[in-house]
Amino acid sequence: MRWRLRIDPTACTGHGLCADLLPERIELDEWGFPVIHGDVPASLAGHARRAVRACPALALRLETKPRETTRRERS
Amino acid sequence: MTAGLRRAQTTRRLTVGWQHASRPARLGEHLDLYGPLPSGRHGHPDPRSVIDAVAAAGLTGRGGAGFPTGTKLRAVAGRRGQAVVVANGMESEPASEKDQALLARAPHLVLDGAALAARAVGAQTVHICLDRTRRRQADEMIGAITERWEARLDEAQFLVHELPHRYVSSEETALVRWLNGGEARPTATPPRPYERGVERAPTLVDNVETLAHIGLIARYGPRWFRELGQPDAPGTMLVTTAGAVRQPGVYEIESGTSVGQVLTLADAADVGAVLIGGYFGTWHDPRRVAGLPLTAAGLKAAGAAPGAGVLFALAAGRCGVAETARVLGYLARQSAQQCGPCRFGLPAIATDFAQLAAGRPEGNVLGRLERRLGVIEGRGACRHPDGAVRLAGSALTAFAGDIRAHAAGSPCPAAGRRSLAGLPIPRTEDEWR
Amino acid sequence: MVLWYATRATGVVALVLMTATVVLGVAGTARFAAPGLPRVVSAGLHRNLSLLVVGFVSLHVLTTVADSFTSIGLSSAFIPFNSDYRRLWLGLGTIAFDLLLAVTLTSLLRDRLSLRAWRAVHWLAYACWPIALWHGLGTGTDSKLSWLLALDALCVAAVAAAVCWRLSLSPAGPGRAVVLAGMALLTAATVIFVFAGPLQPGWSRRAGTPPPTFSRAASAGPRSEGR
Repeated sequence: MRWRLRIDPTACTGHGLCADLLPERIELDEWGFPVIHGDVPASLAGHARRAVRACPALALRLETKPRETTRRERS
Repeated sequence: MTAGLRRAQTTRRLTVGWQHASRPARLGEHLDLYGPLPSGRHGHPDPRSVIDAVAAAGLTGRGGAGFPTGTKLRAVAGRRGQAVVVANGMESEPASEKDQALLARAPHLVLDGAALAARAVGAQTVHICLDRTRRRQADEMIGAITERWEARLDEAQFLVHELPHRYVSSEETALVRWLNGGEARPTATPPRPYERGVERAPTLVDNVETLAHIGLIARYGPRWFRELGQPDAPGTMLVTTAGAVRQPGVYEIESGTSVGQVLTLADAADVGAVLIGGYFGTWHDPRRVAGLPLTAAGLKAAGAAPGAGVLFALAAGRCGVAETARVLGYLARQSAQQCGPCRFGLPAIATDFAQLAAGRPEGNVLGRLERRLGVIEGRGACRHPDGAVRLAGSALTAFAGDIRAHAAGSPCPAAGRRSLAGLPIPRTEDEWR
Repeated sequence: MVLWYATRATGVVALVLMTATVVLGVAGTARFAAPGLPRVVSAGLHRNLSLLVVGFVSLHVLTTVADSFTSIGLSSAFIPFNSDYRRLWLGLGTIAFDLLLAVTLTSLLRDRLSLRAWRAVHWLAYACWPIALWHGLGTGTDSKLSWLLALDALCVAAVAAAVCWRLSLSPAGPGRAVVLAGMALLTAATVIFVFAGPLQPGWSRRAGTPPPTFSRAASAGPRSEGR
């Protein structure tokens, strides 16, 4: 099971707590805004959930990643 | 008459009679020219037949995204609830004039298409969005609507709106937000307007030129539409030419006409570089793109896209780095300021490019730019930062030689000169509401 | 007697904790982070300290109400200017408590509110803190104590310094100037008040402390109910 991290870019104001709590997947750019590097495997799911809860702007979300089947992409 | 001009004449579908027109065509003149609107069983065409015709014609959006119009109509028609139609006449791309020309000469073409689109998706209201700094547009549009109302022509109700004059305000979610009472700033999607837009209704947002084509497809059929153009890019399209051309302005061309042919139409001379697609477009060496058709498929290999059909020719003696720096500064100022990477990133790359243009780079400006361009893209709520990144990236490639010289401290002599034939940068800064 | 000590002690602790909370909150608006203090820690401290503040203020309120020496009823905890004991200064405490509850509740229910609504209420924290301070200076029976005065001064200095630092990061303009001027005015007014009020003899009576002889004799009457 893999999850995808999604940021609402209009809500995010660059607090940076997410990068503190999930440095394996979130890095801050030079202006303090998060860049997501890859998906969240099960081993990091707990940390990812804490990061989502910690965001003061409620800008971070964890979604289940849709399975990448060719059938789905064609539709 | 040259072959090029003759060809141009046969492609006159939207632009019939424009050379002699000094005012919008009246309803009577319009109906004399194009014939009556198609009528179905009860005086108005069947919605499904309109959608099928547009889909069969292969019409794609003329606002820049090039999305298949039939698919969009179907998507909106298929949703539950009463739909709404929005006609996007904002044309906030400074180098583009085609929509303004269309609205100034043939508003009834647009209104025909809008009425048919409303019929197709089951909408009762059409919101026509115009730029509020173009005063006459709203008056003329209201005049045209009044003529139709007096003739009891349409079922749908037309409402004219005047929106703020800002680059991102023509984005579809910005239009929807404004119509819902908010500011003309883009919103994060989902939901997209076709799912939930104006007053939570499924909303069809179409460029005015796209609607004009719908008006003719419904009359003459998809086969007629496909008589011109390419199988993958049928019909005609409006393009705007500007810059180092002796006959700048709006032309209607057959889809598939090459970049070089359009430049010849506009009588280009001594072109150093071509900007294809407007301020979100890309710079190219004219020799590399001259033979390529001005279509999505044709330009793909060159890393370009037709966008809203803007072709700007940069004169050979001008500095492309300086022009790009000016445009990036403009795009940075036009950010809706909602997302960090756009709000901070665009001014940063604009500053970098300004340093390059002046030949006074600070630190490793090229390394910095490369890093920043990679990090800004895709992280905004709308495509504004992506467009700016794309333009900047194409400048680094197309003007590679100049860039190296500028970065080493020796800019072109033309860089400092105030560009008269340069890209238009609007000065006024409007509010968001 | 114990209750009275408890009231004063919990009040002082609450003020110190609230000062720390406000300073951390201000640091958060500036996205402040230091090697030993990542964002997640300062944000977490801000939250946890504020909950401690609610705890201590609640104790402060309960011990006050339970104390039979003064006739302050539970309603005075929520309805300002309701009691006979130093009506104005206690009333300020009530207001501060109400604001604190509003800020805390809206923050706990953050995900059910719109950003604008949450932020509008949260800004009331900037009113809550000085009101709590003035409540302490006016109601507190220890206001004259030098160590407590020093503590109060430290709290004021901490918040003032934090706000000034935060404003220094903002662009110069009329808004910034207004805030700075307002802060300077309020600080000056507070200092003047302290010297003209609690530090002067007879403050207790001037602040509105009812004479002790009444509270027992009137225990059957409406006054002692404090409503």
